[in-house]
Order: sequence, then C-alpha cells, then structure tokens
Amino acid sequence: MSRVVRIAAGQGFWGDWPEAPVRQVKGGPIDYLMMDYLAEVTMSIMQKQKSRDPKAGYARDFVPLMERILPDVVAKGIRVTSNAGGVNPRGCAEAILEVARKLGLKGKVRVGLVSGDDILARLDELIAKGHALTDMDTGRPLSDVRDRVLSANAYLGMAPVAEALDRGANVVVTGRVTDTGLTLGPLVHEFGWKHEDWDLIAAGTIAGHIIECGAQSSGGNLLRDWRKVKLENPGFPIAEAQADGTFVITKHPGTGGVVNLPSVTEQLVYEMGDPRNYITPDGIADFTTIQLRPAGRNRVAVSGIRGYPRTDKLKVSIAYFYGYKAVGTLVYAWPDAYDKAKRADHVLRARLHDLGLEFEEILTEFVGVDATHGRLAGPPSPDLAEVQLRVGVRAREKAPVERFTREIAPLVLTGPPSVTGFAGGRPAVEEIVAYWPALIDRNQIEPHVKVDVLEA
Amino acid sequence: MSPAKRTRLIQLRYLAHARSGDKGDTANVGLIALAPEFYPILVKEVTRTRVARHFRGMVSGVDRFELPNLNALNFLLHGALDGGGTISLKTDAQGKVYSTALLRMEIPVAPAVARTALARKS
Repeated sequence: MSRVVRIAAGQGFWGDWPEAPVRQVKGGPIDYLMMDYLAEVTMSIMQKQKSRDPKAGYARDFVPLMERILPDVVAKGIRVTSNAGGVNPRGCAEAILEVARKLGLKGKVRVGLVSGDDILARLDELIAKGHALTDMDTGRPLSDVRDRVLSANAYLGMAPVAEALDRGANVVVTGRVTDTGLTLGPLVHEFGWKHEDWDLIAAGTIAGHIIECGAQSSGGNLLRDWRKVKLENPGFPIAEAQADGTFVITKHPGTGGVVNLPSVTEQLVYEMGDPRNYITPDGIADFTTIQLRPAGRNRVAVSGIRGYPRTDKLKVSIAYFYGYKAVGTLVYAWPDAYDKAKRADHVLRARLHDLGLEFEEILTEFVGVDATHGRLAGPPSPDLAEVQLRVGVRAREKAPVERFTREIAPLVLTGPPSVTGFAGGRPAVEEIVAYWPALIDRNQIEPHVKVDVLEA
Repeated sequence: MSPAKRTRLIQLRYLAHARSGDKGDTANVGLIALAPEFYPILVKEVTRTRVARHFRGMVSGVDRFELPNLNALNFLLHGALDGGGTISLKTDAQGKVYSTALLRMEIPVAPAVARTALARKS
C-alpha cells in the first residue's frame, strides 16, 4: 500500500472553535495540523494592533492554543502549518519559541518563519516603478487611496511552507500565505512533487480548499439533511493524501458531524468563481475535473483533478480606511409589530433628515420579515410576534454617524409603542477598513520571500 | 396539450441543496442536485436569465457555470452585497444565505418528477 500523509484542519478562521485543534491532535493519527487564520480584512485589524504595540499584529489566540497542543505535537511528531503570523510572523514565531521553552521542549521545536509578503513599506517604490495596483473590481489605481492604506500583503503560495519543512521546521508560521498553500506545502515536501506538475499542484490545492474552512466540509453549515447531523462534537476534516494526488476526506472516529458527498460538495462550491479557473499562486485548478466517490463511512475519495500552469501575477490584499458606520436595532411586539417597526423607521429617517445629516447610505431591514431574503420572503404574516427594526448608516465623516447613534434610544419614549430590546446601549461607531484586491508581477515579490528556521 | 398543463411548478428546495459565499460585492451560490436525475432539469430550467429575474432589484448581473461532475451549477450574483465586505450595511453582508434565497425559486417540472421530489424528506 502506498504511503498516506494525513493533514488535519484545526481552524477555519480566526475565532473558530478552540477545541478543534486539540481534538485533532488527540483523537487519532495525523501527520500535519493545518490552521488557517486569515480572511480578507484580518490583515488590517492586525496592522492596527501592531501600530499600537510593535509586538502585536498576529493571531494572539494561536499562542495559548499552541501551549495546549505543543507537548502532543512534539511527542507524536506532528507538524503544524499556520498563517497565524498575520502582519508580524516574527513576533508570532518568537512567542511560540517562548512557549516551547516554558514547556521544557528546548531543542524539540523548530519554528519555520515565512516572511516577505508584507509590501506596505514598498508601496511607493512599487507605484513609482509603474505598478499601479489597480483595484481588480473597480479598475481604480491605488494612488486614489494611497494615503489611507493600512496594510498591503501579497498572497504567497506553498513554496516557502515546503521549504521550511524541508529545512526541518515542525511548526511553520507565515504571514499572508494562501489557505490552500498550508496544505499543499506539506504534500510537496512529503512527496517531492515538482512545482510544475500542474495536476498534482491542483490536487493538493483542492485538498486544501476542502479542509481550509474547518467543519464546513464535515457537517457544519451543511444544508442537506441538516437535522440528521450531530454537531455537539464536530469532527474537523482530515485529508489522507497519496503521492499520486488522490486523497480521501475523513474525520476522526467517534466524532460528530458527517463526511459524505453532500458535505464535501457544498464546501467545494463555497466562494467559487469560474470553476475551471481557480487561481492560486501555485497554479490553476479545474474544479470540473474533480471526481468524488463514497469510500466507506465518513470517507469520500477525491480523484481525477487536472490543473494548469500558474500565472506570472500574484494577488495583493490591500486594506484602506474608508469611513464610518453604525447599526442600531429595536424590537417591536405584537400586535401589528411590522407596522410599528415601519413607522419607527419613518420617524427616525425624518429626524435624521431634519438634522441635516448626510450619509452615503441608510439601510433599513426588518428582521423577521425581510433581512435575509429581501422581497423574496413575500408579505409577512399579519400576526407576527415581533419584528426587529435594524437601521444601518455609513458616511465618510464620523460626525453624522456619531449623531445617528444618539437617535435610536430616544425612539423608546418618543416613537411608536410596544418597543423593547434596547439593552446594549447606544450603538457603536465602527471604523470601516475596506478591501482592495490587486495584482502584481510575481517577480516583484518572490525575491523578497524569506524562510528562517528558529530553534527553541 | 399546452406545456403548462404537462408541468407543475415546484420550489428548487425540493430538487437541490445549496451553499453560498462572497467575493467582494459578488455573492456566489452553488446549487447541487439532490439526486443525479435532477441535474439535467436544473441545467435546463435554472437559467442565467431566470435567476436574474428571480433576484431582480437585488443584483446587478448573473453568471452561471456548470459542474456536471458534481451535479452542480455555480451562480455569481454581482452587486448583491451592498458593497460587500466591511462596507456593506446588510445583515447578510457576506452572502451566506443567498443560497436558500435561490431555493425559493419555482421551476416547471413533469408531474412525475414533482411527485418524486416532494416525497423526499428535506
């Protein structure tokens, strides 16, 4: 039988179930624990934290989590890959080394540190050299918002992750490495896949895509037959991969959730664009070639995957300051709950207008009536028990948003009757950090990518 | 007999399950047949034009892709998220439940298909 490498998903996003990585490590044999922390806007939150404290700027929860699992990780020879490093992978790596020493694991933890994705300090130089970093969605050049940019990171692929593992790291900490690169890197390292074997690169990428959102491929958020899925102790997904690029998705025995064709298929189509053209820094995967087959209880076999050469561009994730928003809510009770909520919205809007406040947008939703499906939900029952009025505003300036937050509570005594649900106080004014996706020539980034291996 | 008499309208929820996500201001909905024999019906009836009509006033444009290997269609609903990401004021800023909004759509199917589909527990 050919060799199998088991890659287990431990976190699907920053804030995912804290027990999952512990149960993945303890619940059965695995070779790698992969933990994805970075969503589109996460980097800017981390950048903000780093500007206040130079030691911050990474997923801090990763450190106490590693403290819980590191003894097992070392004892069992498991290796960890994670992009928890955010905008400060060195700070994150050093925190892990400190934890290792504290646990008496000196000499047993080698942290691979991947950097070079952060191009914030290089932006002006790149723009001056003619890289416009045009917004892929709107076509605007970055110079339009240059003075408001908070973070800028190129998406790196699997290569530095594989290199860190080749050099003996057992914990790999990165900045903006793609979610899929955290799974593909170990497979390239283990099987010695050539970086230009496009079918294998696509296969490892799709394995990564299936497990990168954690339990979303093993029963979490599964619509089909959802009543039948036990979710009290969901088993997070594990990819059991072989050198030929085929793999089985499964989970540890004795866990809840489910791995079946529907659970894997729902995850495959999640956040999908053109299925023939799934672009990563490592290559292009064709989702129309994926073959799924049931392979026993909670086991789905995946094969047939084809891929195409990588492009000469890398995606850049840029975050910039946009403006302010706030959302206020109130609950109206039976009878005529919807009519009361509508009247309150009318009154509120009239008061905002009288005050001469200017907003980019005011959005009203009636939770219980139309908040999730809009007009598709049809006319509500005349006998609704309650309706939540939810009003959001957005502006470039802070003042009108701030003033709006003081107009919600007064409705309790000055608006329509049967109103409640205002326990949280005044709504908070939130700063909006917006996302600016761009492309850059690969050769502007790759020479700057660095892999260090640090020993505890 | 007119086609109207030979078919029956049923909601997509009886023929498919779905998951949705976001990319900027675009929501995607992956629509997956509940049984392989339903997939050709989805391909024929859940057209780009009909989906655009279903979501009129809510999206600015629709693209459709076919994945016969997964018995699935993928729809991109452009301009669906009030600016998307952190800019959006919507409850569903990340398009997580556009999936079930699509399952509300009704399509015409043969009476025998309707009977089979409605008999399934969903």
